[in-house]
Amino acid sequence: MKLEAHLRERRDAGRKLLVPYVTGGLGDQWTEVLRAMADAGADAIEVGIPFSDPVMDGPTIQEASQRALELGATPAGILGELRGVDVGVPLVAMTYYNIVFRTGHRRFARSLADNGVCGAIVPDVALEELDDWGRAAADASVETVLLAAPVTPDDRLAELCRRSQGFVYAVSVMGITGERQSVAQSAGVLAKRMKAVTDKPVIVGFGISTPDQAVEAAAEADGVVVASALMRLLLDGAAPEQIGDAVAAMRRALDAG
Amino acid sequence: MGTPAADGRFGEFGGRFMPESLVPACLELEAAFTEAWADDAFRDEYARLLRDYGGRPTPVTECTRLSERLGVRVLLKREDLTHTGSHTINNVIGQALLTKRMGKTRVVAETGAGQHGVATATACAMFGLECVVYMGEVDIERQALNVFRMNLLGAEVRPASSGSRTLKDAINEALRDWVATVETTHYCLGSVMGPHPYPWMVRELQRVVGEEAREQCRAVLDGADPDYVVACVGGGSNAAGTFAGFVDTNAKLIGVEPEGGAAIGHGVPGVVHGSKSFLLQDEHGQVLEAHSISAGLDYPGVGPEHAHLSSIGRARYVAAGDAEVLDALQLLARTEGIIPALESAHAVAWVIRAAGTDELPAGSTVMVTLSGRGDKDAEQVMKVLDART
Ligand SMILES: Cc1ncc(COP(=O)(O)O)c(C=O)c1O
Repeated sequence: MKLEAHLRERRDAGRKLLVPYVTGGLGDQWTEVLRAMADAGADAIEVGIPFSDPVMDGPTIQEASQRALELGATPAGILGELRGVDVGVPLVAMTYYNIVFRTGHRRFARSLADNGVCGAIVPDVALEELDDWGRAAADASVETVLLAAPVTPDDRLAELCRRSQGFVYAVSVMGITGERQSVAQSAGVLAKRMKAVTDKPVIVGFGISTPDQAVEAAAEADGVVVASALMRLLLDGAAPEQIGDAVAAMRRALDAG
Repeated sequence: MGTPAADGRFGEFGGRFMPESLVPACLELEAAFTEAWADDAFRDEYARLLRDYGGRPTPVTECTRLSERLGVRVLLKREDLTHTGSHTINNVIGQALLTKRMGKTRVVAETGAGQHGVATATACAMFGLECVVYMGEVDIERQALNVFRMNLLGAEVRPASSGSRTLKDAINEALRDWVATVETTHYCLGSVMGPHPYPWMVRELQRVVGEEAREQCRAVLDGADPDYVVACVGGGSNAAGTFAGFVDTNAKLIGVEPEGGAAIGHGVPGVVHGSKSFLLQDEHGQVLEAHSISAGLDYPGVGPEHAHLSSIGRARYVAAGDAEVLDALQLLARTEGIIPALESAHAVAWVIRAAGTDELPAGSTVMVTLSGRGDKDAEQVMKVLDART
């Protein structure tokens, strides 16, 4: 499956894109969570491959990662569990660079592709360090999604949008992942700046916690990523169907605009 | 030990593996430090503060009784005699001065032993900067006195409760804070690690240790350089500053890591906290916890320039274990009347173990950087020694 082609097609049909996140290896039903998310109307799903030192993450994702690691999750194990799991929407791996580096660029890219993952988000690989991973990923037909931040200057933003594949990830706030009371004003400003320099899908993430917030954040952008709010439910013991319900509520809100 | 490549690389190590949100801040810092370091007025002010406030120059002390006992001639570079009691003050005064120059008003820092935290709190008090120090919960317990000191100095100490709850997690928390506050906040990193320009900048701010020591050694040794130059390595800042003064001499450079946190000794290449270096990690790439009797060395990584110096063979990295470190601390105390920090005692421990062997032949001259004084560790050492008997 091609990430960008898939997302473009849906966006161009007038749909706001919804990309939920799940921490790989968090409980033995996590692949069922993927299915529930897809059935509830996700357009793509981010699969977190936990790392011991996730600097961009707030308490919820940190806890989810730590819990998954304590349950014995490994990068190879998580990707192996994805083999043959076809939920009908593209899967995008999210992890930190040491996991990629330790596995080996080519090996990691190949194992993503071999297990049906078509995209990758590696937040601590910014433009300057992108070459090695970017080449290996491209050779394996894995699309690398880059993150843009509210402080990214214009010229850098254009370059980043040019080199990002699949979609461009707009980090809504200066800060880390985690639920927030409201959508930061910087989210709309950044999305607008990005839309002005790229026609790739622009998807906003970080702090999108409720259906109303999803609608608000998607106003200037093509869609939203939702992570901590869903992982909070999962950590509190929610079953896959309940995660599906939460995603469905976001879907309905986005469709209603 | 010159300027790293434009991408912050020392050979294959270093770099800037940072989330996009922090890249502009790293670029700003690199530009600010590059400009400041080339500005005589900045350098003069930095030197003046190190002298009038920091207590520099620190002396080199010849250890007559220890030398006699070991059969090698031991000189100590006395960073324990600085204000706040360790080399960390050199780095912090420089970064606080830079914070002012960049127009920022708040500083965050991480601390393991508490030494870098105390130094940062001290400099922030002196410069009137707001100061928040992240410290692992485990270290807060181990170093209660330093927590109290930081509070006295007006800093807020925030516990890092994730992961191993030690130094590496304090760094993660400091980075998370910095992402959210970067407009007004400078991250005062405590060692030669992190994304470019930190490894280079911190080494330059510690260079004074090695440059003073070289001149002082030459005065003591009739113009000669020591045969060996030894320093303990946590992140590696005191060692980097020391080595910078001797790298173009014939001295053999020895970095001493803690046995349970020997990133060069037992680690493999990896990337954490912004740079590529040696790292203690499992086969999947998860960072392992380091274990050392000294909180200041309890770090699973090491500064990238040390990884480079090791890979090109210019410096050698060895390890010392907790027990011999305690022995070394006591021996130095009893022979010379100097109680070293547990961190520094690692360097002394290697000298004691190696003296008279092929590693450090009898009759050699060895200069050891005593990175800090042992007051902060007294209570902990008391407990461990009590438990021993
Ligand atoms: C006295 C002392 N020495 C050494 C270190 C280790 O740091 P570095 O390797 O950066 O010199 C510390 C760290 O806090 C310290 O307090």
